[in-house]
Amino acid sequence: MTDRLISLHEAIEQVLPLVEGVLAIKRGPGGISAPYLFSSEHPEELDLLVMWPKEPVPDTLRTIQHAHADSKLAIVCRGCEERGIVEMFKHSQLKWDNITLIGLQCTQEEAEFCRCAKPYTVHAKTTVGDPIQGVPDTLTDKIAAMSLEEKRAFWMEEFQHCIKCYGCRNICPQCFCNVCTLEDEKWVETGRLPMPNPSMYHMIRAMHMTAKCVACRECEETCPAGIPMAVQFRLIARDVQEMFAYETGAKLDQKPPQLLVLEEGEYERTGLPH
Amino acid sequence: MIDYKNILTTCPYCGTGCALHLQVLDGALVGVLPAKGHPISEGGLCIKGWNAHAFVNHKDRLRTPLIRKDDKFVEATWDEALTLVANKLTAVKSESGADSIGFLTSAKCTNEENYLLQKLARAVIGTNNIDHCARL
Repeated sequence: MTDRLISLHEAIEQVLPLVEGVLAIKRGPGGISAPYLFSSEHPEELDLLVMWPKEPVPDTLRTIQHAHADSKLAIVCRGCEERGIVEMFKHSQLKWDNITLIGLQCTQEEAEFCRCAKPYTVHAKTTVGDPIQGVPDTLTDKIAAMSLEEKRAFWMEEFQHCIKCYGCRNICPQCFCNVCTLEDEKWVETGRLPMPNPSMYHMIRAMHMTAKCVACRECEETCPAGIPMAVQFRLIARDVQEMFAYETGAKLDQKPPQLLVLEEGEYERTGLPH
Repeated sequence: MIDYKNILTTCPYCGTGCALHLQVLDGALVGVLPAKGHPISEGGLCIKGWNAHAFVNHKDRLRTPLIRKDDKFVEATWDEALTLVANKLTAVKSESGADSIGFLTSAKCTNEENYLLQKLARAVIGTNNIDHCARL
């Protein structure tokens, strides 16, 4: 066990008696790991605790909390997962007061794997590991620097490989609508592959991720076609930051732009067409 | 006590062998998660794998074997269905010989299941007529 894993083990052991379960990652058959709810009744199971690969735990937390509305739960979360939980709370998907966060700060290697700008938690009171600086997202910068024609050619080529598994939507901690536009025949035709280009599926997802994407990169990780779609969301996030000074998952009391009602005269400040 | 766990299994839909996790909350199947680090599916799934949990408790799912009686399918027990199949196969074999019977299995089945069917074909019935859907 590494020092970091020992520290996480200890942090969970301290929280375990205070909650009904701690959501973390457990090693399974063949060394393949998955989210698991550890309980104080079986502390010995913590021997199977692992930290990597990361898993879409905010969505799992939501699933459990929906079935057990008043349960007190703890979760081991990284920076991106904490942001996911914050945004879910703002969109009434989670009860914030019932959640104890155990922050796990990412290593340099992990942050580089995710091209992560903020590989650390900011709300968690219990934290494990030392926070590191964000790493530059060279891929996003490279694509941002392309000409319009190059960008179009790049994305057309990428979307051509999409097999429409809906994995990017399914795994996303911010995709929780009861009715999904991507299942509307009007926009996304069933049974048609490759999708018509430019792909409405990906355009709709990009728009719906505006001021929602928390840069966890789970979508890219699960994409069988290896489409670097988080790049789009990150570029949109830069615009949202510029227009609304809004950073997903950062402040608990800042309303997401979708929920804002702009007063007369405020349109100009945002730079939005009016 | 809240019970949440994931069960690692193989996708039942095709022969590729992608791994997936069945999410189990309080003993009930609630969803699927891909399996990161699996050598075949590498954390990805297709649309069928992502929905592999949906048929398990689906209302349209057959829960008993059906036997056709007077052009209608009638629910039956496994004992009835297997006895019927065994009797018919025995009858066909004695009337027309073992090679009048063929067995078709599936690439969706496991190696073990496919092995068992060829064993039934060769050792019990006595024919080499065994094939599977991937060659059809």
